[in-house]
Amino acid sequence: MPQIEQLAATYSSQIFWLLVFFGFTFFVVGRGMVPKVMDTVAQRDKQIADDLFAAERARKQADEEEAAWRTRENANRAEAQSLIADARGKAAAATADRLAAAQGVIDGKLADAESRIAEARRSASAEIEDVAADAAREIVSRVAGLSVDEAAVRSAVKENLVHG
Amino acid sequence: MHQFTIEPLFGSDGWQIAGYNIAFTNSALWMAIATVLLLVFVAGGAKRQLVPGRWQMAVETFTGFIDGMLAANVGAAGKKYVPYIFSLFMFILFANFLGLMPLGVLGLHPFTFTSHFSATGVLSILSFSIVIIVGFAKHKLHFFSLFVPHGTPAAMIPAIFVVELISFLVRPFSLGLRLFVAMMAGHVLLEVLSSFVISSGNASIGLFAIAGLPSFILMVGICALELLVAAIQAYVFALLTCVYLNDAENLH
Repeated sequence: MPQIEQLAATYSSQIFWLLVFFGFTFFVVGRGMVPKVMDTVAQRDKQIADDLFAAERARKQADEEEAAWRTRENANRAEAQSLIADARGKAAAATADRLAAAQGVIDGKLADAESRIAEARRSASAEIEDVAADAAREIVSRVAGLSVDEAAVRSAVKENLVHG
Repeated sequence: MHQFTIEPLFGSDGWQIAGYNIAFTNSALWMAIATVLLLVFVAGGAKRQLVPGRWQMAVETFTGFIDGMLAANVGAAGKKYVPYIFSLFMFILFANFLGLMPLGVLGLHPFTFTSHFSATGVLSILSFSIVIIVGFAKHKLHFFSLFVPHGTPAAMIPAIFVVELISFLVRPFSLGLRLFVAMMAGHVLLEVLSSFVISSGNASIGLFAIAGLPSFILMVGICALELLVAAIQAYVFALLTCVYLNDAENLH
């Protein structure tokens, strides 16, 4: 077994070179590079955790903004509805006013026209009375040769015209 | 057994420090190769990209694995041992795998330095020293309470103390020997089976059919098993170091 046979001759060389190369490995690889590698891993883990946290926070903020937007939107909608109702009421009132005014004008014109017709009818009936009284007196004077009092004629005519 | 022989390379046989031989051997060469490959592997993964590529992902998997192992066995205080446990695990893992690479096909002579207890012993004594230094630095003489489990009857304390002390002191040996034995046993087994294949093939075609071919099929399976063992032994070495560090950090 060379491990035992050569021990006396080679132990110092084995120990020396193992310490040299393992020492190099420990100080250059173990102390020099491994912390960097682990630092990179830790940094990546931290970044992932931070990103997740930021995403979570952004989501929460978006939710809050959406809720705020919704209440604002609902308020706006209610306001718009009330504006529309208001405008509709105003328009209805204005239409009613204009209709009433037009109705008044038409009523006035009708009353005017009716009074004019009544006037015309009255003046016409008065003229008919005059003409009838004149004609009656003429007829009486011509037929009976009587000179009748104008007032009597007129009352007689009026009596006949009224009672037919 | 030739595969375990240590030979000085490049005429460095006479190199010495204070009378101790430090010849640059084939063992040292494979330590250097493992170190360079590990350096390249980790350097390729230290690009610090936010979105990792495959290579970076592989390196981060290993560091995360070691980090998780220390967190599970030692707790939050284990974070500071990640560089050491990572170096230990990866160094042993690369050494074990390099020794199993079929480089003999290319005429190279792979050498598994983890199949020498003079190498694994250094690593285990290193781990054990760290445990002792951390234990005494953190708990002073209170560290000796590690050898008296909770609820021990007063009369039993001396006996239990001795037993626990021995089991504690055996740790560096068991740690180093386990890796050395596992690696050597696997390589010896493969060598024995391959010698069956070759010598039976040289003897006769009938013997090859009876002994050589089944041995060859068995070798294929055992090669896969050895790859598993290479990873498991590196894991066990790192895991046991974590468990011992837990004793030093938290005293049970």
